[in-house]
Amino acid sequence: MNTRALRRIGLVAGVATTSALVLAGCAGGGGGAATADPNEKVTLTVATFNDFGYSDALFAEYTKEHPNVTIVHNKAATSNDARANYFQKLGKTGLADIEAIEVDWLPEVMKYSDLLAPVPADLKSRWLDWKTKAATDPKGNLIGYGTDIGPEGVCYRSDLFAAAGLPTDRESVAKLLTGDWKTYFDTGAKYTAATGKAFFDSAGGTYQGMINQVEAAYENPSDGKITIDPQVETIYNQVLDASKTQSAHLSQWSDDWMAGLANGSFATMLCPGWMLGVISGNAKDVKGWDIANVFPGGGGNWGGSYLTVPANGKNVAAAQQLADWLTSPETQLKAFEAAGTFPSQVDAMKSDTLLSSTNEFFNNAPVGQILTDRANAVTVSPFKGQFYFQINDAMQKALTRVEEGTQDKAASWAQWQTEVAAIK
Amino acid sequence: MDTTRTSTRLRGTAAAARQPKRIGFGSRLSSWDLKLSPYLYISPFFILFLVVGLFPIGYTAVISFMDWDLVRNSGTFVGFDQYATVISDPKFWAALRNTFSIFLLSSVPQLIAAVFIAALLDQNIRAKTFWRMGVLVPYVMAPVAVALVFSNMFGDQYGIINTWLSSIGLPPVMWHSDTFASHIAIATMVNFRWTGYNTLILLAAMQAIPRDYYEAATVDGAGKVRQFFAITLPSLRPTLIFVIITSTIGGLQIFDEPRMYDQTGTGGANNQWLTISLWLYDLGWGQWNLGRAAALAWILFLIILVIGVINLFITRNLVRDEGSRNTLTRAQMRAARRAARVAVAADRAAASEPRRTNESAEVTR
Repeated sequence: MNTRALRRIGLVAGVATTSALVLAGCAGGGGGAATADPNEKVTLTVATFNDFGYSDALFAEYTKEHPNVTIVHNKAATSNDARANYFQKLGKTGLADIEAIEVDWLPEVMKYSDLLAPVPADLKSRWLDWKTKAATDPKGNLIGYGTDIGPEGVCYRSDLFAAAGLPTDRESVAKLLTGDWKTYFDTGAKYTAATGKAFFDSAGGTYQGMINQVEAAYENPSDGKITIDPQVETIYNQVLDASKTQSAHLSQWSDDWMAGLANGSFATMLCPGWMLGVISGNAKDVKGWDIANVFPGGGGNWGGSYLTVPANGKNVAAAQQLADWLTSPETQLKAFEAAGTFPSQVDAMKSDTLLSSTNEFFNNAPVGQILTDRANAVTVSPFKGQFYFQINDAMQKALTRVEEGTQDKAASWAQWQTEVAAIK
Repeated sequence: MDTTRTSTRLRGTAAAARQPKRIGFGSRLSSWDLKLSPYLYISPFFILFLVVGLFPIGYTAVISFMDWDLVRNSGTFVGFDQYATVISDPKFWAALRNTFSIFLLSSVPQLIAAVFIAALLDQNIRAKTFWRMGVLVPYVMAPVAVALVFSNMFGDQYGIINTWLSSIGLPPVMWHSDTFASHIAIATMVNFRWTGYNTLILLAAMQAIPRDYYEAATVDGAGKVRQFFAITLPSLRPTLIFVIITSTIGGLQIFDEPRMYDQTGTGGANNQWLTISLWLYDLGWGQWNLGRAAALAWILFLIILVIGVINLFITRNLVRDEGSRNTLTRAQMRAARRAARVAVAADRAAASEPRRTNESAEVTR
């Protein structure tokens, strides 16, 4: 599925380009509410995918404090592999004691929240509100230990901005783009008028940023039935009206899009933290990419993961204790340094290690500070029920149809509505 | 044998009384051995097929009548609902169209090319093994790798082909939005990979054709082209049937290439290159709707079965028995046999003419 592929490539590329590998000497904080027998020998398996930043050295820190525990780390190559494995074994046997899940398949996991051990209530305040809200089932059980998030800013090409007579330093650009989506598209119109070139990469990527600010876009949170919010059509029209002149029509993650990151076919892009690595990886020789501490219409999040503990595992208490430790602010900061996964823990965002981190490729932008501000700007936790991805996938295709010129705006909308009506 | 050894230890009378019985059992055993062991020897394959082939097919049929929940391993019976939903979905018809279009665009040029390349490799050329192994190299490449290479060529805006086209002043081809162009692109990947494989199979068949035929034809004054059409091609027919059937099955199940054709792998924004197996995968492993995926799998199975039967009928009429070298088709041979029977009957009738009065019953029989 669309976003699934995105996230996967995103993480891989992000990891490949992260240079900071120095482990700071933070004290590993143990402790937790779990009541595992500290003397009983247990082997805990931890299953992750891509790179969570959990190194053997990190696990060794834990086993040093808990000599009775042996940790086996299984890494799936992609989150798709992990997802297939997860759903084939959930509720049966064969899952690891701690299984990582991705926010993209969280709605599917929530359907089976009764098969997972809930996170102890006293830990809930550890994470950002919207991070825990998304993983809390109707009964109030939080089923995922949050690891990382993807707070979004706006990435832009300062050289292209200069050519269009727009401000170039990131403070002025942030000021320029502060406001709603209309401000963003108005700026885009100015840019396009001055240069004749595209302002953003694709209608699809921009739509994703906009729809994530809608509380309940496609489904009714109270009964889970498909109910399309009228804002969806407004956003659809708004983004497609702008995309006619302002979009480079490069659907995200296509080969053309990757090339576009380097050849300047668009000037801005909505940018979660892990996207920085994708851009610098694909546009190595380009000077001019920068990131502004702003997001149209408020805040936005794209991606992120959780750890879950299957309720029928053999060592649930011990596993909960380890999951607690792995997602503690201290451990997550180490993971950030190892793999660039931006922490979802409130305390981690106060740490100097995070706030002082910069990115050389993005003109030495203080990305730690910017992304922390962007994470705090997120106010809406959009409801995503079991049909969310099917409907959103169909919407992405509807946008692509208009962008590639196979259908006009009205026909594509009508086809989307028929497709949504057929979903059951 | 164990039984005979124990019998000698028994008391004489009992042994004598049982003797014939034991011999009877032994001979029965050996007759069973004769009759059953061939089946026993081939049984491992069929037992394995039963477990890993027939059972899943049957289980798929069961699931296809249910709304199946993979995680909870349970389902509710919904009758033919899943089949109805699949058939009434416009995606199904788009997928069917694409599957056949890509299948034809890949199989037909591929087989024609394979026959001609094989014919060239069958000639007396230098470094034979090198060339013969060379055609197989694309087959060794992983389909995903092939797709990656080709997706670089078929990019809409910055792909090699479109860059080249625009440099000579031609309009670019919209590989990912035009339905037919996307089919051509995918068929190209399939052809790239499978032409060499089919070439080698056909080459092996060509080498089995006795060289005497060619010598005789040369003596008779037939040129290379005439020899190819009059000797090589007819002798290849049984092999061609095999190649056509396998490429039909493969073509209708085509998956890797369309899946890797763009970044999302769901067949295009307007289902331009959605194939049946691609949709099947998305239903099953994208949406976890295993009931519907099972229904689609069965529909695909039936389609392949129907096409296979059609294939069989067409090729059976085209192909003569292997080994016989006359130019008649089966139909012609049947006609000839019929004609011969009629002629014989007529001869008999003519011969028995004088005795018609007393032996008329036999003639009518």
